[in-house]
Amino acid sequence: MHTQLDVNGRAYALDHDPRTTLLDALRDHIGLYGTKKGCDHGQCGACTVLVNGRRINSCLTLAAMHDGDEITTVEGLGEPGALAPLQQAFVDCDGYQCGYCTPGQIMSATGMLEEAKAGDPSHVSASLSGDVALDDSEIAERMSGNLCRCSAYPFIRQAIHSVEGKE
Amino acid sequence: MYAFEIERPTSLSDAVSALKAEGAQALGGGQTLIPSLKARLAMPEVLVSLSAIDEIKGICTDDEGRICIGGGTPHGRVAAELKDSYPALASLAARIGDPAVRNRGTIGGSLANNDPSACWPAAALASDAVIKTDRREIAADDFFAGLFETVLEEGEIVTEVRFPVPQAANYQKFAQPASRFALVGVFVAKYEAGVRVAVTGASESGVFRWTEAEEKLSSDFSAAALEGLSHAAEGMIGDLHGTPAYRAHLIGVLTKRAVAAAG
Ligand SMILES: Cc1cc2nc3c(=O)[nH]c(=O)nc-3n(C[C@H](O)[C@H](O)[C@H](O)COP(=O)(O)OP(=O)(O)OC[C@H]3O[C@@H](n4cnc5c(N)ncnc54)[C@H](O)[C@@H]3O)c2cc1C
Ligand code: FES
Ligand code: FES
Repeated sequence: MHTQLDVNGRAYALDHDPRTTLLDALRDHIGLYGTKKGCDHGQCGACTVLVNGRRINSCLTLAAMHDGDEITTVEGLGEPGALAPLQQAFVDCDGYQCGYCTPGQIMSATGMLEEAKAGDPSHVSASLSGDVALDDSEIAERMSGNLCRCSAYPFIRQAIHSVEGKE
Repeated sequence: MYAFEIERPTSLSDAVSALKAEGAQALGGGQTLIPSLKARLAMPEVLVSLSAIDEIKGICTDDEGRICIGGGTPHGRVAAELKDSYPALASLAARIGDPAVRNRGTIGGSLANNDPSACWPAAALASDAVIKTDRREIAADDFFAGLFETVLEEGEIVTEVRFPVPQAANYQKFAQPASRFALVGVFVAKYEAGVRVAVTGASESGVFRWTEAEEKLSSDFSAAALEGLSHAAEGMIGDLHGTPAYRAHLIGVLTKRAVAAAG
């Protein structure tokens, strides 16, 4: 079947099996290997991408469900030499060890900062409206879908803190 | 996954016709169905994706003041949009899984799936919600029919869920820390006509109303009114996370907490 995807600002016309997940389409059809497959079951967040600006697990969605959608992957944020602030912050803060979860962490954090900017409360927010102060517990809750097997969490939080409010 | 075809209707009427095909099944956010397909636990011949149907997405208020949530609305939108009009519902939605799951998973998919540990069934039952489909309206009291079973017919689509807004409400969830599904969850809602208490995660026959607690709370809406009342362990789920007696005990504890938090 045919699906049209806009990935990182470039149009791709895919001819694929209906069973192809968005994750497999990105990696195997388009050749963007930044997005990682950790569990393939929606539990780890390694495959997080933005679809029309919202973070989702690309392993838990079929490419066919995204005809005409805008997808952003870690490659679309920035590249070596011109890293996005969050990418740079992960490097500066050592926000990883093996790096396998990192693209997912960065995509999720990118989506998360937008949500916080829009005033979306989280389960741990003291108040349901108004500005969201992203303290450690807020970041932990809002990033709860992204697991890090190396447990680099303190430095991931530090990286997020270091860009938050700066953009 | 076994092989299947995909249909991508953009209107409800096209989806209804597509679902008439032999072996057709609706695909909502895919947060439950896609893992089941991967595990080869489901083998639809045709998947009818509901994601491109705008008319079943979104939230509004009807003439009777009920909050109407489109069947294809993701949990994250409920969490963000209902924080003022029905905070207990927004709070329930904000605790489903994690943010990426909430950006895809839908209320219609959750109700149709009727997982015994899911959150939405408790909210619908406690709020005396009405589940609207492409062919009829079903009261929440009549909708759930046991583990992973509902009264939905073949190809029937949940298009909207209507929630009367209570005077006070709260959802207490004792989350299984890895999946964040409810080990036990209790939704308490106080209406002029009385108090409703719905329990998820606990029973071997799925979500249910705890009528003894409802009676006590309808005459005295306080945690103290529940003193001495306990739920029987018989018929409760026993698994590696908790025994039937443990779950039964949690029902009492969480109901009291919900009443105290609802105020
Ligand atoms: C990591 C993870 C954590 C989760 N945690 C929780 C949690 O804490 N609490 C909780 O309640 N849930 C949780 N879920 C489940 C989640 O809420 C799902 O979104 C939901 O159960 C199914 O909704 P869906 O839209 O994804 O449906 P799908 O997976 O697409 O479909 C599920 C079933 O419903 C049918 N269906 C879908 N939409 C409709 C419709 N509009 N009308 C009729 N039938 C329909 C499908 O045919 C299928 O049988 C979690 C899921 C994951 C992956
Ligand atoms: S690979 Fe998608 S969540 Fe783990
Ligand atoms: S850096 Fe290794 S999994 Fe996160």
